[in-house]
Amino acid sequence: MARIDLVDLAHSYGGNDAPQESFALKPVTMTWRQGGAYALLGPSGCGKTTLLNVISGIITPSRGKILFDGKDITPLSTQKRNIAQVFQFPVIYDTMTVGENLAFPLKNRGVPKADIDRRVAEIGRLLDLEPYLNRKATRLTADAKQKISLGRGLVRNDVAAVLFDEPLTVIDPELKWQLRSKLKALHRELDLTMIYVTHDQTEALTFADTVVVMHDGRVVQSGTPAELFDKPAHTFVGYFIGSPGMNILPAEVRGREARIDGHVIALNRAYDNLPAGAKIEIGVRPEFVEVVAPAPSLLTARIERIDDLGRIRFARVRVGDAKLAARAPGGFTSADGSAGLKFDPSHVHVYADSLLVEGAA
Amino acid sequence: MDKTVNQKAWFLVLPVFLVVAFSAVLPLMTVVNYSMQDTFGNNQFFWNGVGWFKELLDPSTDLGGRFLASLGRNLFFSLVILAIEVPLGIVVALSMPREGWTVAACLVILALPLLIPWNVVGTIWQIFGRPDIGLLGYVLNAMGFDYNYVSNDVDAWVTVIVMDVWHWTSLVALLCYAGLKSIPEAYYQAAQIDGASRWAVFKAIQLPKMNRVLLIAVLLRFMDSFMIYTEPFVVTGGGPGNSTTFVSVELVKIALGQFDLGKAAALSLVYNLIILIVCWIFYTVMTNAGVERKVQAESEPAVEPKPSAALKPVPALKPREGVA
Repeated sequence: MARIDLVDLAHSYGGNDAPQESFALKPVTMTWRQGGAYALLGPSGCGKTTLLNVISGIITPSRGKILFDGKDITPLSTQKRNIAQVFQFPVIYDTMTVGENLAFPLKNRGVPKADIDRRVAEIGRLLDLEPYLNRKATRLTADAKQKISLGRGLVRNDVAAVLFDEPLTVIDPELKWQLRSKLKALHRELDLTMIYVTHDQTEALTFADTVVVMHDGRVVQSGTPAELFDKPAHTFVGYFIGSPGMNILPAEVRGREARIDGHVIALNRAYDNLPAGAKIEIGVRPEFVEVVAPAPSLLTARIERIDDLGRIRFARVRVGDAKLAARAPGGFTSADGSAGLKFDPSHVHVYADSLLVEGAA
Repeated sequence: MDKTVNQKAWFLVLPVFLVVAFSAVLPLMTVVNYSMQDTFGNNQFFWNGVGWFKELLDPSTDLGGRFLASLGRNLFFSLVILAIEVPLGIVVALSMPREGWTVAACLVILALPLLIPWNVVGTIWQIFGRPDIGLLGYVLNAMGFDYNYVSNDVDAWVTVIVMDVWHWTSLVALLCYAGLKSIPEAYYQAAQIDGASRWAVFKAIQLPKMNRVLLIAVLLRFMDSFMIYTEPFVVTGGGPGNSTTFVSVELVKIALGQFDLGKAAALSLVYNLIILIVCWIFYTVMTNAGVERKVQAESEPAVEPKPSAALKPVPALKPREGVA
């Protein structure tokens, strides 16, 4: 149980002298508060597993410090760090029973037998492993094995944090849902800090109260799911979160209006101090763009197809070379395949070199 | 299920039948034939029924006495070298580097003894251990040890055992190393997280994962040491006295020294049978340990190799007679 601070933390597999662009984890300073449920979200190779392994001590960072409750633990080995980690693929000690597997982390730390038994029974109950406790841990199904791995991560109640490295990859979708809800329930019950690495946004958004999005070795945004959805701090976040992702369009922005192909889109805020020479784009989620009948005041788009997701329909359209998605209201049809796009000004964001720019009110 | 019947396919297996018949079945039957007869040379044979077999198992006869004594020596030898080579091989495998150029270097060095022909190994140690000109023998004597494998039983045994350990521990080590390499990195990381000590990692992860290769290593080393002929024959010639005369050495003496084909054939058959039975028992016991686990878990069907595979590694009908 601890607050975890990362101070100017960075890691390069090529050593500290490698150019910073090649760092697997670029310098980051952030705080993980005690008892939080965090998701570390990003595509494969974005550095999220590296960050996790640095926190757990499997990797020693090439730069920076990790503090647990203000105490520098960077040089400590994994064993001394008081951290639990669950890996992508189940790790089972074949020769032991399920119960012995769960007891292993406690036994190694010399916890008294009575406490071990109580704790193992509790975790066994929480994870529905009770009927298996006295069984050999081999030849169980993949999800039972992964539950054991999860159990070993949760069995210690003194850990600073429990780290999950895409733990549900090997689980069937149906069980995935159950296990994830279970984890969430366990988080509430056990009051542990949990950090959950995943590349699946649904998994991240349902599990976590704070989602940390990583991209290319950098932490690009950290916030609640709603914040990530409403106000992506980086075009990558907009694109990566949400399905379909945010529409990003190159535009000329001046004051309270953005210009695309000479067509003006109104903005809610004024953007007068945009950095010169930066790549300016506007981003708007498909939920806040509507296809309507073409009109001279609207940006014209060509409809390529309309995806019916049941609850909502999205039109895939093209403006010049740019591809966009937009909400298609019920009953909308287009005779000649052209349509007008209606933007909701309060949800159009402006990005300079991929970073969100806050306009003036 | 529809099965295509094509009797002509038999012609495709015919070559194999012929090869097996001439290379295995016919020689074996010849041995069986000899084992029932006595010969006084001149290609004259007399029926003796199971007489040789009775003598073989009766310690009061010359044949039985020699056979049972050499069998005892042989079993003792096998047990000793297994007790040394298996733990030693595991230790060597554990201390080998896991990556980098040193891996290749270690593998080459380990493989070297395995690549040396048996009689060369024997010759190396025969010379190495000689008190007059051998490095080992001379140094030991210079240090005050009265070491002479030609005249002292214990010295002869120690020499033969150390030679076998030198020659074959690499095999166990390489097999174990292969087993260790197949353990995913995540297991070690998880053990670190779980706070496991070095010993706990060995007991909980490495040893169980080496189970299979260890089974193979023990089987191979048992069979090979039980059939050992060349190295001790070259070093000690079975001496001093009969103290390092193993079953195969005895067999060659009877078959080629005395030309007692009947006795030798009976001995070969019993010898061969012992190896088969011991391997079968051993393999069954080792795989049953796995089956028990399966019964306990009962959930997923697991593929166990069929026990019949155990008999395959037994290479020759008769142990290395050709080398003599």
